[in-house]
Amino acid sequence: MIERTVTIRNRAGMHARPAALLVKTASGFASQIYLEKDNERVNGKSIMGVITLGATYNSQLVIIADGPDEAKAVDAIEKLFENRFEEE
Amino acid sequence: MAQQSKEKFLVLDLLQLDVRENDALDLKCIGGRPGLIREISVTEINRPGLELGGFYENFAHQRIQILGRGENAFLQKLAKEKRRTELEKLFTYTIPCCVFTHSLTPTADFAEIAEKAQCPILQTDLSSSEFTMRILRVLSTIFAPKTLIHGVLVEVFGIGVLLVGDSGVGKSESALSLIERGHRLIADDVVEIRRVSGNILMGTGSQVVSHHMEIRGLGIINITHLFGVGAIRDKKQIQLVVQLEFWNAEKNYDRIGAEEATMDIQGVHVPCVTVPIKPGRNIPVIIETAARNERLKKMGYYSAREFNRNVMNWLEGESTREIFLNGK
Repeated sequence: MIERTVTIRNRAGMHARPAALLVKTASGFASQIYLEKDNERVNGKSIMGVITLGATYNSQLVIIADGPDEAKAVDAIEKLFENRFEEE
Repeated sequence: MAQQSKEKFLVLDLLQLDVRENDALDLKCIGGRPGLIREISVTEINRPGLELGGFYENFAHQRIQILGRGENAFLQKLAKEKRRTELEKLFTYTIPCCVFTHSLTPTADFAEIAEKAQCPILQTDLSSSEFTMRILRVLSTIFAPKTLIHGVLVEVFGIGVLLVGDSGVGKSESALSLIERGHRLIADDVVEIRRVSGNILMGTGSQVVSHHMEIRGLGIINITHLFGVGAIRDKKQIQLVVQLEFWNAEKNYDRIGAEEATMDIQGVHVPCVTVPIKPGRNIPVIIETAARNERLKKMGYYSAREFNRNVMNWLEGESTREIFLNGK
């Protein structure tokens, strides 16, 4: 299992479009993927779940992946955060 | 799959709480506003009668203090000087807030001392016992252990059914079918579960995305607008878990149903059925049937057990017949 903390860098926060992008990326991996914020953990492959976190600008999330391709999955998702979900 | 979550609950949150009907608290703040950021950390309440009389042993000052007609009348009767010293002593403790019931208003010196101590004064028009009952109920729900579960909660024939399973197994699609057949949606994808009054698991959706669903190919849809207000519910007790999974030829699925499988959610054992998905299996009908069966069980009728009892009776009858006829 791998855990990595990331920060939301796009001003609009985790709205529908970034959430969809994240879920699309996460769904491409066989591993179980979770996102955690303020001790609330949701499934990283569920749009509704990711939006429910209410992640705003500069808030911190933990990506958790568990499975055969966990390292690749965490890297790919971290990259989305670094690229500000292709916004701005 | 699930974990605990804890946030601070402030007096301000209590005032802004969206509770309705027989849970409404009708609270308003009439003084000590800076103290609204004080935290409420326990579910209990206290009537500070003894303390106003000068007895401070075991004073539960961290609780919400409720002042009703009795306490108010006592304060009115106290001589001004005495009242001041008593109140000053009371407010040396950090009290989350004082609530006056029956729309009573505190005396001027009470308001002044509370203001100085930054203790919020709240007022409600309910009677003391009614307010006590409601606040205990409301607080016990708020402080109940909460978990988030990835699944869909629907009400089927009055039974709260939690659909769980891996992403893409068809939880939302099955739920949509059930809604179309006249059942109700409580939450899609993220279900907040609170254990209240000991062993009741109450499920609700998240405020923001409640009553919306994500259906692959359609995107996010609003169930209330599409199916009407009759197709939704705000909360429902979880009484049955249906675990959907892809058909696994290696696995032996329950063929009789005489064994009662359960799933442990926050220490409560909820009846659980595992339904394998395969083309040609009509999942919504299977879920409906599971809910009907659960209702029968609640009434004390267990289909599988009754069936087996009949078979055993019949076998027994046959064997006695054989002995009687053939003398064996």
